[in-house]
Amino acid sequence: MLEQQVNQLIGHLFRHEAGKMAAVLTRLLGFQSLDLAEDIVQDTLLKAMTTWKYKGIPENPSAWLYTVAKRKAIDTIRQHHIHEHHHSEISYALKSEWTLGPTVNSFFLDNEIEDSQLRMIFACCHPSIPYESQIALTLKTLCGLSIKEIANSFLTNEETIVKRLYRAREKIREEKISLEAPIPATLPGRMDAVLHTLYLLFSEGYNSSHPNRLIRHELCEEAMRLCLFLINNPITNVPRAQALLALMCFQASREDARLDDGGSIKLLKDQDRSKWSKPLIEKGKFYLEQSAEGDEFSEYHVEAAIAGCHARASTFDVTNWENIETLYTILLRMKPSPIVELNRAIAIGYAHSPQEGLEALQKIKDLENHYLYHAAIGDFYSELGDAKSACLKYDLAINLTTSNTEKKLLRSKLEALSVIKK
Amino acid sequence: MEKYMLIFIGGDPSHLSPEAQQAHMGKWFAWVEKLRNEKRYVGGEALLPGGKTIKGPKKAVTDGPFAESKEVVGGYFILECKNLDEAVQIGKDCPDYDLGGVVEVREVMKFDM
Repeated sequence: MLEQQVNQLIGHLFRHEAGKMAAVLTRLLGFQSLDLAEDIVQDTLLKAMTTWKYKGIPENPSAWLYTVAKRKAIDTIRQHHIHEHHHSEISYALKSEWTLGPTVNSFFLDNEIEDSQLRMIFACCHPSIPYESQIALTLKTLCGLSIKEIANSFLTNEETIVKRLYRAREKIREEKISLEAPIPATLPGRMDAVLHTLYLLFSEGYNSSHPNRLIRHELCEEAMRLCLFLINNPITNVPRAQALLALMCFQASREDARLDDGGSIKLLKDQDRSKWSKPLIEKGKFYLEQSAEGDEFSEYHVEAAIAGCHARASTFDVTNWENIETLYTILLRMKPSPIVELNRAIAIGYAHSPQEGLEALQKIKDLENHYLYHAAIGDFYSELGDAKSACLKYDLAINLTTSNTEKKLLRSKLEALSVIKK
Repeated sequence: MEKYMLIFIGGDPSHLSPEAQQAHMGKWFAWVEKLRNEKRYVGGEALLPGGKTIKGPKKAVTDGPFAESKEVVGGYFILECKNLDEAVQIGKDCPDYDLGGVVEVREVMKFDM
């Protein structure tokens, strides 16, 4: 059996089960004992790996893993007198030898596993933990990524990630954060934090400047998987969560068309739309419709609607740019920022004329150091036939970006223009 | 054809991410599959880490060897090979070398002479 076949058979079993087990064990041992929970997960996977490599994958790999994890959990609870540090409804059950085993068992039931993961999302995305630390903690504990893998995803080094995790754990201790479900009164605020973190996580994965495509794909997948948890639970299935999932579905649907075989970026207008995932687009439309029910209207709704406009267009030319312009105008009111202004200006350019687009861009302040700003201006100059000004802008953009993929794209635009100049 | 034992020593994958551990396991599966297809694989077992060590005339018992040690025997294969050289060549396919693993190749003694 080749490596790929193993992955086909069990997918990302190790990584996903690591996340599930971490959530369940943390709930059993308490958020303050997160490191103990992680040790058990680590030991369990190691045992699986060393045993299975001789004997093959067992018929029910998850059950095998849980059996081992449960035993270790029971030992740990006894050894560390967990019940003494646990201030929840289960500490009583963990104290008695009669109920210890059955309690541990009950936590590993399917619906309880889901529940633990949901609580874990809220705990990891606690507002008192800084955002980068939230993401690092979520990726490590819920998504089963290693510190090295997380560092790679954020194009930073392992030390930085270790520091972020350390900060998270400090906050957990200081604020005594636990894996309790948030009380209904605080739920909206807590939801905002969770959704924002998932949005950031997805954005990291979506960022086409990352060299490692697999990592990108994993991050997007994880963000969507976690968002789906929120959707599947009636209490957290709120319209803005649905809108966020719709947005992620639309964006993810273009994954196969965004890069060419050489790893170069393909612009939206050049993408082969037959490579867009129709199932994902349908899912996006479904969740977008759901999110429209009721009174809630968030920035996620607007962003999802914009993404939906692109997804609906069978070709670049039939894209409803007037709609998109209107939506960006709405978004600007909700979330004023130069980047939103940038996007709106580009939409104006396509909806009306390159001249109007150029003027709209030139009105924006604070984007002097942003490569996309200059690249966009360059594009409009190019459309207007002013190759000289366009090239100046592209050169500026190349110097402002650190991504090789982006530089390559900008250079190809320069080349195309120099052909015309000749 | 003779029987050879491949003894797997050290090779610690515990620092790898879950994803990487799974991939590493996949390499072992591929190797075992290949050996089975070539009708070389007679058997093999994994040994759990931890345990006890008994030593000396006083039969002193100590804990260990532990998984962190580079000397720990993780398991073995019994393979059918033409000769030691062939067994060694096959032993080179072990995926653990990058993890600091060591493979000992020994011929199994036959009693029926």
